[in-house]
Amino acid sequence: MAVSVLTENKEKFEEFKKVIEEYKGKEGPLMPILQKAQEIFGCLSLDVQNYIAEELNIPITDVYGVATFYAQFTLKPKGKYKIGVCLGTACYVKGSQKVLDKLQEILNIKVGDTTDDGKFTLEATRCLGACGLAPVMMINDHVYGRLKPEDVEGIIAKYRDE
Amino acid sequence: MELYRAHVLVCGGTGCTSSGSAGIIDKFNEELEKHNIKNEVKVVRTGCFGLCEVGPVVIVYPEGAFYSRIKVEDVPEIVEEHLVKGRIVKRLLYHDSVAEDQTIKSLDEVGFYKKQMRIAFRNCGVIDPENIEEYIAVDGYKALGKVLTEMTPEQVIETIKASGLRGRGGAGFPTGLKWEFTRKAPGDKKYVCCNADEGDPGAFMDRSILEGDPHSVIEAMAIAGYAVGADQGYIYVRAEYPIAVKRLTIAIAQAREYGLLGKDIFGTGFNFDIELRLGAGAFVCGEETALMASIEGRRGEPRPRPPFPAVKGVFSKPTLLNNVETYANIPPIILKGPEWFSSIGTERSKGTKVFALGGKINNTGLVEVPMGTTLREIVYDIGGGIPGGKKFKAAQTGGPSGGCIPAEHLDTPIDYESFIQVGSMMGSGGLIIMDEDTCMVDIARFFLDFTVSESCGKCPPCRIGTKRMLEILDRIVSGKGQEGDIEKLELLAKNIKASALCGLGQTAPNPVLSTIRYFRDEYEAHIREKRCPAGVCQALLRYVIVAELCKGCGLCARNCPVGAISGEPRKPYSIDPDKCIKCGVCMEKCRFNAIKKQ
Repeated sequence: MAVSVLTENKEKFEEFKKVIEEYKGKEGPLMPILQKAQEIFGCLSLDVQNYIAEELNIPITDVYGVATFYAQFTLKPKGKYKIGVCLGTACYVKGSQKVLDKLQEILNIKVGDTTDDGKFTLEATRCLGACGLAPVMMINDHVYGRLKPEDVEGIIAKYRDE
Repeated sequence: MELYRAHVLVCGGTGCTSSGSAGIIDKFNEELEKHNIKNEVKVVRTGCFGLCEVGPVVIVYPEGAFYSRIKVEDVPEIVEEHLVKGRIVKRLLYHDSVAEDQTIKSLDEVGFYKKQMRIAFRNCGVIDPENIEEYIAVDGYKALGKVLTEMTPEQVIETIKASGLRGRGGAGFPTGLKWEFTRKAPGDKKYVCCNADEGDPGAFMDRSILEGDPHSVIEAMAIAGYAVGADQGYIYVRAEYPIAVKRLTIAIAQAREYGLLGKDIFGTGFNFDIELRLGAGAFVCGEETALMASIEGRRGEPRPRPPFPAVKGVFSKPTLLNNVETYANIPPIILKGPEWFSSIGTERSKGTKVFALGGKINNTGLVEVPMGTTLREIVYDIGGGIPGGKKFKAAQTGGPSGGCIPAEHLDTPIDYESFIQVGSMMGSGGLIIMDEDTCMVDIARFFLDFTVSESCGKCPPCRIGTKRMLEILDRIVSGKGQEGDIEKLELLAKNIKASALCGLGQTAPNPVLSTIRYFRDEYEAHIREKRCPAGVCQALLRYVIVAELCKGCGLCARNCPVGAISGEPRKPYSIDPDKCIKCGVCMEKCRFNAIKKQ
């Protein structure tokens, strides 16, 4: 199984191999390796997990256990634009739930899902620490603050056209 | 070294960066170049100034002019008027920094800063966090030098103990004692860890310290390493904080380059290095045993204590674990002495505490105040009160582990014990202000929802118990509450507190208990009268048209998605409650404020 992926994504695996070599000797290498893997491959498919397990010489159950425990690891590919609406206390008190509802309506997906065209993934995130700008959302690395539900449409449109 | 006649400090914290401060820095450099004064004026990207509400913030020295909500378009005017012609642009100044006689107040005189005292935050907004020389210029690494060359590890521990510093992560355990336990634990390999997994919603002081003054944490960890006998440190930081991660990475590399981390520091034979570990989105990893499991590369599940980390921590070795803000207090304590530190604060809580002020408050941002300051001073003097003339209802402290403090306890002085007495806790320092429009049952449900999804699932009281509590709360806010629900919540809460494995579970019921304690009438209104007094819980709301205000324009009826509104032109319309889905569109559209929620 791992072989097909190796040949398909040869370049990515070459890059990933170096990452594993770098961390192999360190103590507790699994988390940083999984983080790098997700960066390179976009998600932690079973093939990638298998490969890590073999390289680190640990059972795949350990890899799978960690990959499914943490919210930021994903086993399925995500959309090109990851929208994270903050549902931290400050944002919640200032109405971020309404922003999230509006996004669900516009994108016609539920929280946690990806649009059919693979463009957007909608998530409700934990506190982003930008409470001074509440309510906020993040699209990839860009933060949008002091949002009103009616602002959302225009922001999404910008990304849609890209 | 080059001398500059003026400095332009631009906030580069997450808040201001989100509202575009990077573009402002570029524009300043561009304009300075244009006016050919680049060698006279220096632009510095600093850490957080604290007053996030009015960001992006720009401060120009030597005058100390405090410009707020600056846009890129404003930059040419500031450069031309202020930096070329020497005339401060009053129009762009923060409103409170201009005195009645039109003179410019110094920052210490501005209401927001007046009652603050900055120890942990001393360098945030003052230095460039990506330049180690600026940190060294403000006595950075001097404390480490003093410790390594003049003090024994025991003396360091005695100093910290005498200062009275307690853990700023929430529980308030005496820091010096923790250091002593770790030093005395048998073992030749020990670790020093920094808990930067700041997960409490609404708390962002640790992030701002890491973004604004990363070297202070690195220096303190090295001091701790010397004191407890460790040569390796880990900083476990949330992956949700990209700017903090970047600045820490830069700071660690610079410290290594300057020989302040690595082998034979200051030629004393002391070795210490730090590695960064990123979290991956698990709130429970803020719990110390879970955090250590995560560093080891395992699922972040807590384990019973004892053994405590001081005896058996990371990789089963004795480990010292402190939080970011705690570490940030260490260098000043070493340099100024424990007596100085313990002279600040209350009898049992010394020094200052940083709070992240948010929610329904005018000045949202970060404030650092001496222990013993009252909540009222924070809310009204520093925070500038509640927007829109609304009434203060409660302050939520301690995040999902804490509780709500109502108006009657506004004069509570801030310290660890007094917060517990009023049914909340200090926690890491989130301080969310709620006004009359906040439903306390909904807030309790919000926090429970948080703990339920963040429970690691290892122990049944937390995994199942909090879920049952959430179900009851869901029932109450959707209008299906039953007599006896409050008592059931209280019983479950008591049992979960007594039997959960870790801090997350043991404190999870607190938001429910404290809201029942102070706002029982709101719970009763939801259950008995099926009414939400704050007008928040959708299922209990009814939209009605006030006949006297309705002009009969029909705009609401045309916009209603389910055709629940009917009437004749120029006569008052009405809403059919059976058809209404409570979306609120009619209320948004009405130009005459004729639609009310009940």
